[in-house]
Amino acid sequence: MAEETRANEISTELGPAQEPAFKIIGTRPVRPDGLDKVTGRAVYGIDMRLPGLLYGKVLRSPHAHARIRSIDTCRARALPGVKAVVTAADLPTIAGDPAHLDDASFALYCQRANILAIDKVLYHGHAVAAVAATSLQVAEEAVRLIEVDYEVLPPVLDVVQAMREEAPVLLPSLRTDELGQKSERPNNIASHVRMQRGDPQQAFREAAVVVDREFRTSTVHQGYLEPQTATGLWNSDGQITIWTSTQGIHNQRQQIAGILAMPATRIKMVPMEVGGAFGGKIRVYLEPLAALLSRQSGYRPVKLVMTYAEVLQATGPTSGSYIRVKIGANAAGCITAAEATLAYDAGALPGSPVLDGAGILLSPYKIENFQIDAYDVVVNKPQTGAYRAPGSANANFAAESVIDEVCEKLGMDPIEFRLRNAVQQGDRRIDGTVCGRVGLVETLLAIREHPHYQTPLTGKYRGRGVASAFWFNWGGRSSVTAAVNPDGGVSLVIGAADLSGSRVALAMVLAETLGIHLQAVKPVLGDSDAVGYCDQTSGSRTAFSSGLAVYEVGQKLIQEMAARLGEYWGVPPAEVVFQDGIFAAGAERMTFAQAAAQVTGQCPIVAAISVHPQVVSPAFATHVADVEVDPETGKVTILRYTAAQDVGRALHRSNVEGQMQGGVAQGVGWALYEGYVYSAEGRLLNCNLLDYRMPTALDLPMIDAVVVEVPNPDHPLGVRGAGEIPIVPVPAAIANAIHDALGSRLGMLPMSPARILEAIGVGQPTQPEVG
Amino acid sequence: MCDETILVHAQINGEEVAFACRPAQTLLDVLRGELGLTGVKEACGNGNCGACNVIMNGVLVNSCLVLGAEAEGCTITTIEGIGGPEGLHPLQQKFLEHAALQCGICTPGVLVAAKALLDYNPHPSEQQVRRWLAGNLCRCTGYDKIVRAVLDAADTIALSVAPVAEVSSNG
Amino acid sequence: MIERMAVVWIPAQLREMAGGKEQVEVPGDTVWQLVGQLEARYPGLERRLCENGQLRAGLTVCVDGCFSSLGLRQRVAENSEVHFLPAISGG
Repeated sequence: MAEETRANEISTELGPAQEPAFKIIGTRPVRPDGLDKVTGRAVYGIDMRLPGLLYGKVLRSPHAHARIRSIDTCRARALPGVKAVVTAADLPTIAGDPAHLDDASFALYCQRANILAIDKVLYHGHAVAAVAATSLQVAEEAVRLIEVDYEVLPPVLDVVQAMREEAPVLLPSLRTDELGQKSERPNNIASHVRMQRGDPQQAFREAAVVVDREFRTSTVHQGYLEPQTATGLWNSDGQITIWTSTQGIHNQRQQIAGILAMPATRIKMVPMEVGGAFGGKIRVYLEPLAALLSRQSGYRPVKLVMTYAEVLQATGPTSGSYIRVKIGANAAGCITAAEATLAYDAGALPGSPVLDGAGILLSPYKIENFQIDAYDVVVNKPQTGAYRAPGSANANFAAESVIDEVCEKLGMDPIEFRLRNAVQQGDRRIDGTVCGRVGLVETLLAIREHPHYQTPLTGKYRGRGVASAFWFNWGGRSSVTAAVNPDGGVSLVIGAADLSGSRVALAMVLAETLGIHLQAVKPVLGDSDAVGYCDQTSGSRTAFSSGLAVYEVGQKLIQEMAARLGEYWGVPPAEVVFQDGIFAAGAERMTFAQAAAQVTGQCPIVAAISVHPQVVSPAFATHVADVEVDPETGKVTILRYTAAQDVGRALHRSNVEGQMQGGVAQGVGWALYEGYVYSAEGRLLNCNLLDYRMPTALDLPMIDAVVVEVPNPDHPLGVRGAGEIPIVPVPAAIANAIHDALGSRLGMLPMSPARILEAIGVGQPTQPEVG
Repeated sequence: MCDETILVHAQINGEEVAFACRPAQTLLDVLRGELGLTGVKEACGNGNCGACNVIMNGVLVNSCLVLGAEAEGCTITTIEGIGGPEGLHPLQQKFLEHAALQCGICTPGVLVAAKALLDYNPHPSEQQVRRWLAGNLCRCTGYDKIVRAVLDAADTIALSVAPVAEVSSNG
Repeated sequence: MIERMAVVWIPAQLREMAGGKEQVEVPGDTVWQLVGQLEARYPGLERRLCENGQLRAGLTVCVDGCFSSLGLRQRVAENSEVHFLPAISGG
């Protein structure tokens, strides 16, 4: 069992002589915050308690699209126990017609409109008002007493229908932006971006094989178990404190400052433990409400927690989409032409991840002739938020399904085809940039050589599918502070939110750098005043960017201690050598702990580092899935799943495996079970965790996580972002496996039992669910 | 709105407890509110995720589906009652070693459920573990390391209670 | 000031304005100067890429593989390759 848990590692970059020998990096220590998490002591946002706390509740629109004629809060305000009631009138406004705002001001206008509806409600669940009261029961009663006069308007829910000329217009001020050029008339297409190179039309004419398919995918949610929550205190001196479960305290501070039109320095964001996020806890929802309610209540702290129905209705799921992909290849199996159209629904306000999707869907491959058109479209659904490699799993589903069909027509093995076309160092990516050292080929080889792929799959209604994927990864700004303590321990204050175990990984980097035991490093998450600006934990950036910051802060501590020891020993600092945790100069030697005891007594040693890495290496993965389809029920069983991914360097090996396994599980949900279902009036019908069905332990096998390490040459430890890409190839791998099992391809997500039965030819025809 | 309060006596994590609650209040609400046992979590609120699992009179329940008043005379175990001053329960220890948690929000519920499983069936197979834990949603881990940790904990517990003769015959 | 020639990759939707070209070689020491040169040759191009003296929101500039935080003020070298790309962060 123990051996089976170990992931296979393929290191193809450096020979043994050059490979650094890490003592701590790459191992599997127990995380320091683990004790509190297995004993129930850890304090999450939802667990926040304060003396004198008031409880908040939000009034939400029952309509998908309506004009607000009036809001009457009198009866709510009069209810005993109610201390505050707020509407959009309590938010700062931007002067002028929204139609004539510049891009930045329009974005702020949209932010405020999502916190509290201004003149229109744009989705079922859109916040209209909020109250604070002495108990949750009183707050719920008060919300029921707020009277809103709506003029109900026809909703538009489908991305393709929303693009039509005759569709109802959601935002009268929205014009289609085409790289700075705006359309004349308002419509629901917020933007259109085209990427193009070469002559795809000519290349298609010359291609030996051309496959052209359309796909539809449903809206899905990140599905974190801890609902959104915020506790806010607006003190009488104007200083604001917000305790929240968030991916980024500094980013959210900026958002709140903008929304409330106040300097960010007046706002302190305190990071609570986070019960899952995956991109959905970047945007603020409740934080500004908590602050406003606190001020109005007479400066009392106010706590808001969403119900799970509110989470599904009114936070930020990811886009439903229409995607068309056309690929042409020559007889030798090289992709010579590609075309894609992606239309993503952004929900009610612009900003879907369609450009992310457009940027990834063909990016594992060298293609010289292509055209990709990306449309960002508003519909009467909640404004989309980021979800683990935003916009990518659905785009990859479309592209890799078409690739699979091309392989089939050419009679080529799917791994061999991908090896033939895979980008490598020096190749030009779809976005035009030149590829650095990356590990796609290594992941393909890892799958090809794996016992899973080497073992034939036999049996009726059983099939195997392969998919590869690319994800950008993000650099971003990171800050850390480290203080050497007299006992030789080091307190490491981290700016990055810890969603899944990054604080132990970062502590490992510092311990390795300083040559001390991991237990001597104490990682803590700082509030927004205690540590410098750190971009949110997202974009697969924390091990990479904060890891770089921690490595550099370790170097800085060593330098400072060496300088002090030089003073102490009477030698130039340059003569003090530090190796394997020992400072030495001539005959003098001190361990790190001894040196700490000596020099911190003279003056404390503290170092702070901020970084903003400009060169970011992308992630690549290749997955293989075996499935069995039950022809009577349409149920798909995942028999076996292997995920190979290049992570550059795994800091905490179990953490990296866990990211891969968790991403696969979410991808399985996206592929087979999950999807928003709306009524014709635009009400979300499945806003609970029974009907929005996420994978359980019974739906998955063990997930073999093959950690491939092709060290990133642009990082001192070789780290490459790893957290998001694991979800990207999953729906495609499963779709290709289902095709292998049934002989027909499904072009819609989720590939539900009803759709499977239809593909087999035994069920009723299904439509894409409105969602 | 009913303001009536009910006085309830129960044994929670080995201690006799008395609390007052409203008729409509759930056991989950009472545990997290009146009793300050915030280890048990509210996520879905309607019995579909297992984050609020507690053991009540030996039976695994979703405390969001139990009324506070129903706890009268009952013996209840929450995550706070698993492990103790003598140390972590083997399940907790194995969860840490296997990194069977990421964000940790489902972990209390999963641990309570896993304890209920091992109390009922000390030697579960992988499938039995998966079936038993199907009521506990985890969005982070994909369940792989959770299942391995539970199986490893079962082995550890079995070894620690095995008679001396049996252990020495295994070498 | 030595003038370096850099290669600017023209976003697809602006190529019609730029005589249909995918790439244009222009002199300049910073991205801002390159944009100025492009504007001089192809009037109207600047306001497509920039707003209020900054790169348009949602756009980033990549110079020789570096996603520059300096934006328009990023310096360029001889034969630098400059791409205007959507700003991607993640989730």
